[in-house]
Amino acid sequence: MSPKLEAIDVTVRYENPRTGVTTLALEGFTVGVQPGEFLCLVGPSGCGKTTFLYCLDGLLPLTDGRILLDGKPIAGPGRDRAMVFQSPSLLPWRTVLRNVTYGLELQGVPLRQSLPRAREMIALVGLEGFEHYHPSELSGGMQQRVNLARALVMDAEVILLDEPFASLDAQTREFMQAELMRIWQETRRTAIFITHQINEAIYLADRVVVLSARPGRVKSILPVAVPRPRELRVKRTPAFLELEDHIWSLIEEEVRLNLRSAAHA
Amino acid sequence: MLEEKTLPGPGERAAPLLRRRGGGKVSPALRARVIGTTAVTLFMISWEGVVRLHMINPLFTSSPSRIVSTFLQMTREGVLAKDIRVSGTEFLIGYFGAVVVGILLGVAMGWYPDVSAALQPFVSALYSTPRIALVPLFIIWLGIGIWSKVAVVFLVAVFQVLISTEAGVRAADESLIRTARSFGAKDRQIFTTIVLPGAVPFLIAGLRLGVGQALVGIVVGELYAATAGIGYEIAVAGETFQTDRVFVGIVILASAAIVLMWALRQLELRFESWKPQRQT
Repeated sequence: MSPKLEAIDVTVRYENPRTGVTTLALEGFTVGVQPGEFLCLVGPSGCGKTTFLYCLDGLLPLTDGRILLDGKPIAGPGRDRAMVFQSPSLLPWRTVLRNVTYGLELQGVPLRQSLPRAREMIALVGLEGFEHYHPSELSGGMQQRVNLARALVMDAEVILLDEPFASLDAQTREFMQAELMRIWQETRRTAIFITHQINEAIYLADRVVVLSARPGRVKSILPVAVPRPRELRVKRTPAFLELEDHIWSLIEEEVRLNLRSAAHA
Repeated sequence: MLEEKTLPGPGERAAPLLRRRGGGKVSPALRARVIGTTAVTLFMISWEGVVRLHMINPLFTSSPSRIVSTFLQMTREGVLAKDIRVSGTEFLIGYFGAVVVGILLGVAMGWYPDVSAALQPFVSALYSTPRIALVPLFIIWLGIGIWSKVAVVFLVAVFQVLISTEAGVRAADESLIRTARSFGAKDRQIFTTIVLPGAVPFLIAGLRLGVGQALVGIVVGELYAATAGIGYEIAVAGETFQTDRVFVGIVILASAAIVLMWALRQLELRFESWKPQRQT
């Protein structure tokens, strides 16, 4: 099966316009994502996870390498990909309903068509009855549901998620993971999910990609053999904990290496 | 699965903990209104009282009843209607000119760095100058009719509107812009769906500051040189020790300010309905 999305030797270097300092965020980053796969990326903080996701979305230019979607190189943001940002980034002056239609409006879809689709997605993420609320009237978890619905309504083939649950409290986060699994199983899009929480990655993913410290490279790719549908309690099974421990030791190794090289520099 | 719906107004959560001292069954808003009205009434009564009891010469302080009767008399004479018409015209033309120009230039300066670079020196120089100092120039250029005062009002109000609007456009939320770009938004769409709506609260704050400045502009302009208007009336009355007439002018200006501020507050509420309700 040919990959849905493929990053080949991606290198990203950027310059801080104020200080002139250049940062090598990613170097020779290669990974393939199968159609309908749920791929999670974990790595030490500052390893370029978010940079990579922004590249996939077309928000950042590559210094070197290629990103192929269905074998064709991507050029900028497109309808085939939709992003769920780390912060809900909802328009505060719009209601839930009109926030969900926002992406479609930008692409010129008339409200007559986008409203029914938005209502459907709002129901899917469990926010039925909140269509006419403003974001400030919702809890953090509910705002992230709106963020998710806004991406899902685009009907994109690939969903990119940038630590969407990072700012939620531990319990809400667990619920949202289970909710995301339910929604993903209903829609079965290709999904790329970034997180720094290892058990979140294992719980959600078909495969977990472990990144090295900056500049980010693929350190290891680990398949998750836990059958679906998964319940939250699989997080406490021995196989799950063993994998979590293994990934943690990989990341720890990276952090230590990085600290040592920083000390020598 | 749904998290509990929360409406976390800070005041709302604090309310049960922070029992207001002396708080009875009336709502805090009504209570504040009753206290305010009582205070103003007491002030009026004492003002009237000290004058009636000959404790103070009304030549210095006038009194509420004298202000009312002078107001009625001036209305009968037809002076007041003319003054209000003249000052009102000066305000309306100058202020609306300032609003239109201020918003257009403010948006242009906030959105295009080159426009900002070109205009910033002028804006900074004129904004920090006491613009009232330019009144003599306007009189020389435009005469003592309404147009010199229109120019003063325009010039003092325009910068408040311009600077607030520019700040509002600049304050556009980066994360919202990035979101819009990710959905393939064009610059024009980012401007109309994110930058403009986000700038509205700033803009209204600028309109409000502009009203205060514009009223000052009218009075100073008319004090300096005019043939009619509220400020002119105050100046003439002051020079001839007609304290009652001075106070009538002051009361009219204060009322105009209150009405205009109230109208702008209504406008603000309309646009800010999406913000969490402020607790009063």
